[in-house]
Amino acid sequence: MALDDSKKVKNFKVVGTRPNRPDGIDKVTGRARFGADMVAPGMLTGRILRSPHAHARILRIDASKAEALPGVKAVVTRADFGDVPDHVADVMDNCMAGDKALYDGHAVAAIAASSAAVARKALKLIEVDYEVLPHVTDVDEAMKPGAPVLHEGRQQETVPSGMSGNVIARSEFGHGDIEAGLAKADRVVERTYRTGATHQGYIEPHACLATMSADGQGDLWVCTQGHYMVRNVCAAILGLEQGQLRVTASEIGGGFGGKTVVFLEPVALMLAKKSGRPVKMVMSRSEVLRATGPTASTSIDVKIGMTKEGRITAAFAELRYQGGAYPGSPVDMGAMSAFAPYDLENVKTVGWDVVTNRPKAAAYRAPGAPMAAYAVESAIDELAKGFGLDPLAVRLMNGADEGTKASYGPTYPAIGLKATLEAAHRHPHWTAPLGENQGRGVACGFWFNFGGDTCVSLNVTPDGTVTVSEGNPDIGGSRASMTMMAAEELGIPYDQVRTIIADTGSLGQNEVTDGSRVTFAVGLATIEAARAAKREMCRRAAMIWGIDEEAVEWEDGAARPAGPNAGKFPPMTIKEIAAVASNTGGPIAGHHEVTAEGAGVSFATHMVDVEVDPETGATKILRYTVFQDAGRAVHPSYVEGQFQGGAVQGIGWALNEEYIYGEDGILQNAGFLDYRIPVASDLPMIDTVILEIPNPGHPYGVRGVGETSIVPPLAAVANAVSAAAGVRMTRLPMSPPRVLAAMQAAKG
Amino acid sequence: MRYEAPQDVEAAVRILAAEQGAYVLAGGTDLLVKLRSDMIEPEVVVDIKRIAGMKAITAEDGGWRIGAAVSGAEMGEHAGLCADWPGVVEAAGLIGSTQVQGRATLAGNLCNASPAADSVPAMVAAGAVVRVVGPKGTRDVDVIDIPKGPGKTTLAAGEFIASVFLPARGARSGDAYLRFIPRTEMDIAVVGCGVALGLDEAGKVSAARVALGAVGPKVMLVDTAAEALIGRVLDEAALADLAAACSAAATPIEDKRGTVDFRRHVSGVLARRAAVIAEARAKGEKA
Amino acid sequence: MSRIHVTTKINGDETEFLCDAEATLLDVLRDELGLTGTKEGCGTGDCGACSVTVDGRLVCSCLMLGAEAEGREIATIEGMAAGEVLHPLQKKFIEMAALQCGICTPGILVAAKSLLERNPDPSEEEVRYWLAGNLCRCTGYDKIIRAVLETAADMRRAS
Repeated sequence: MALDDSKKVKNFKVVGTRPNRPDGIDKVTGRARFGADMVAPGMLTGRILRSPHAHARILRIDASKAEALPGVKAVVTRADFGDVPDHVADVMDNCMAGDKALYDGHAVAAIAASSAAVARKALKLIEVDYEVLPHVTDVDEAMKPGAPVLHEGRQQETVPSGMSGNVIARSEFGHGDIEAGLAKADRVVERTYRTGATHQGYIEPHACLATMSADGQGDLWVCTQGHYMVRNVCAAILGLEQGQLRVTASEIGGGFGGKTVVFLEPVALMLAKKSGRPVKMVMSRSEVLRATGPTASTSIDVKIGMTKEGRITAAFAELRYQGGAYPGSPVDMGAMSAFAPYDLENVKTVGWDVVTNRPKAAAYRAPGAPMAAYAVESAIDELAKGFGLDPLAVRLMNGADEGTKASYGPTYPAIGLKATLEAAHRHPHWTAPLGENQGRGVACGFWFNFGGDTCVSLNVTPDGTVTVSEGNPDIGGSRASMTMMAAEELGIPYDQVRTIIADTGSLGQNEVTDGSRVTFAVGLATIEAARAAKREMCRRAAMIWGIDEEAVEWEDGAARPAGPNAGKFPPMTIKEIAAVASNTGGPIAGHHEVTAEGAGVSFATHMVDVEVDPETGATKILRYTVFQDAGRAVHPSYVEGQFQGGAVQGIGWALNEEYIYGEDGILQNAGFLDYRIPVASDLPMIDTVILEIPNPGHPYGVRGVGETSIVPPLAAVANAVSAAAGVRMTRLPMSPPRVLAAMQAAKG
Repeated sequence: MRYEAPQDVEAAVRILAAEQGAYVLAGGTDLLVKLRSDMIEPEVVVDIKRIAGMKAITAEDGGWRIGAAVSGAEMGEHAGLCADWPGVVEAAGLIGSTQVQGRATLAGNLCNASPAADSVPAMVAAGAVVRVVGPKGTRDVDVIDIPKGPGKTTLAAGEFIASVFLPARGARSGDAYLRFIPRTEMDIAVVGCGVALGLDEAGKVSAARVALGAVGPKVMLVDTAAEALIGRVLDEAALADLAAACSAAATPIEDKRGTVDFRRHVSGVLARRAAVIAEARAKGEKA
Repeated sequence: MSRIHVTTKINGDETEFLCDAEATLLDVLRDELGLTGTKEGCGTGDCGACSVTVDGRLVCSCLMLGAEAEGREIATIEGMAAGEVLHPLQKKFIEMAALQCGICTPGILVAAKSLLERNPDPSEEEVRYWLAGNLCRCTGYDKIIRAVLETAADMRRAS
């Protein structure tokens, strides 16, 4: 559905304003119901027993003592699930270990009990015999021949023979001739960068409430980014018909990609099935950190050649991402996005997907891209500084534009990279003076943005107000955006529309809330559904007036005769048409089902000032400005919120967040005390500049905005810290001990 | 587990002495974390907050007696205490969040016996003395002598700390506590340093106590650091000697929070910075 | 092991409950009393989502036993609005989009209210440090801090 030209000239009435979100009062009064807030009569408490070993063969599980404990109603192990279809085999194994426990925290058994106290006691009564195996948690170590191998027979044909079985796949992207390009460079920078694994860090732990009847009907209440995905995956694992499993999405307390997969849900359903009772499961924070999706830790080589004028002649990156215990690290997206902001003649990236004894990586906001951008943007910064060039000017000189062939294949339509760079260059932040021990960094970032399966049903009530049902959990205000787009399209006030997230029984398939797709794809479907309803209302008016349908148009919430030849009738408002709907053909609705395409890529430039304490290596963020293309900012406050939230997650990744494993392969910091996400006092205000370069693939020009904002900050902060510390930082997080050691080493 | 909330010290001591798995509950900010993570499985938890005096801050011999259940927030609101021992109050104020401040206590921070406890180096520098009550009566013990090692104290079965006494602040004296953490709040100290100084009329250091936290199995009083200052004006040379003494005294381990080299180095950095603040306070300057 | 009988006042209402000795105040609020507006994000006092006040003092309800509530006055997010009239902080948070997912919001509102009761004119730094124990992963804190500062200014003007 292409950009609607009429909207270029017509001013938006609702889109671009900042109304109160429809779920606001529920959320500020504590009424909103999140995953753990639901209860059911007769409900049991489910708990999971987890492996204390990083890698171990499970020799025997004896739950007889637990089963004998009064109050224990069901015990579940992998044996209860039997064989599952191939496409969910890894998901199953991650939810409940089979022959081997593959990481510290891997689920090995589960129980359902009459109370939390009984459940806790019962877990201690389950006996598991392990044969502890050698383990590996570091990506470079895991790739070495001789490293402990997690899986046999999973290596793909793309991997050259002789490599460790932990190397699952190799991918390659790019065009041109790297060697020829490097030969034209005045200087080549070649470095290796490393990034730690970070967790999405949502404040709401995973939670669900499952009911499963003997006749194969199930109900699930769950905090997830995609209840349709939950339905499909659970149905496959439990051998249910998809239509018999109804999943309702609770309010969701953050996800950032980490709630795009299942962890507890199939287990809760199995416990409910075996016990014949509803079962509620809620993870502890330590379970969240030990066993749910962190992102990949990485090791990345970058080689970039540049002329002294600042033109990049060749760009190469080799990316090694460990994605935890199962194949599927986000290395491909890292390799595709690494050089996406640039118009390059010679560019190549190689990606390696590696498994290790860590929890399986889940998506984390622009999965794979921030680490790649960190490596690439650091090297570009170093080259620009080395030539004494303005780093923004260098990026502008090499920046991608409409018509650029992207390093990962496609040719860009209208894009906003240069607009963000130019805005950054014009901004007072760029020329603000810096003090002693302070440094400024800039970096660019890219994200693809997704579309995908989407359904929206829009109903006109008898009183002429409107309800919109969509199938994507509202993770940060999207109900407001849908309400606004429906109101815009129908020409009615915002408060005449209410949007709900429908359960899986109410709509067709919906892709999960990921890829920054919701405002784009669900918005597109909402607009189309509204248009369908408008067409129907015009038809009803035409019927009432006795004129041709084509002679009726919709404007400002009412059907009107189109032009003087159509006849002289006063406009019929939506309320008037709705009031007589029963007499003109029945209830009025519009719906739209689509696999949305044309999401429109998104770019950002970030600018940050830091101060580094030369005596301790501590970094303080002094000032931060985000410049990002939103295509069209539907609700600017929530667009700013996405920019700010992504920037701060990136700051955490850059400075302090990191999975720390001991020699024993056990996670050392499975809590918010030592897994250090930014706190309010760590930060300044995060300034934002919204650019609007309309996405040609959306009727209002909307682009996804949620993910791009986490791509540049790792590099921007690293460039700033490197400038302030006087030494290039090639490893994240830039924790104070690392920065201090680097400064001391540089001094000699 | 049982919960008991005795009304007097004798009753508390009786319960504590009678049972192996008895734990004292004051602020609970460490106890409940341990309880929840299955690190401890108490038979009984003895809540001392309903015992008279446990929530009181009282003037005594020119100093202050702080009940074992007084929270960090309550200390921070006590003008007299803040004026006399700002370093101790600030150290207590660094433990956890505002919410944790609403409950966490000096006595609890001490009895948790973490080498990284923020308030302990400050109390040691201040020369604080705790009053221990138990089946054999009451005894006063220097704060430095309470921790035995990580998670272990010298308290005997049935004993608990009833109060902390901060002595009279001398003329021309001041204290300060600084810690290093990766973030600005919510972390455990990677290094902590408490400094208390007294100056003579010429402005030279006449008394000094310097304590380090998180750089050994328990908080340490660094005599060599004090010796480096006594008799000297706090000039660059004296501060450098102080820093060197602290770095040399530190015997840290490497863990998830910091490396050996980092902790040694930062021990010196914090000692210098804390000494400068303590000196300013001793001179009556605002710091 | 008998359960403990506790009499307390919650959001102004006399409330009695029975709890196990191990049960935290948070467990009691959520599981016994159905006051699920108070959230559990960590259970270790590191996230602030379970913030309530006890006798006017801001605490983490996950770090307090339910049994300790005997005779105390507890205030939770459910008591913040007066009927349908929102507290100025609640109103401002909606207006200024100071929440995204909303899971940390109850704890932050309870904490911010406690701050403004003590300090009606906090600086940005004071707000940031007061709220440092309330983790928010969505917003980057910017709009939260602005909302608290603006509410404080509004309330000063109104008083």
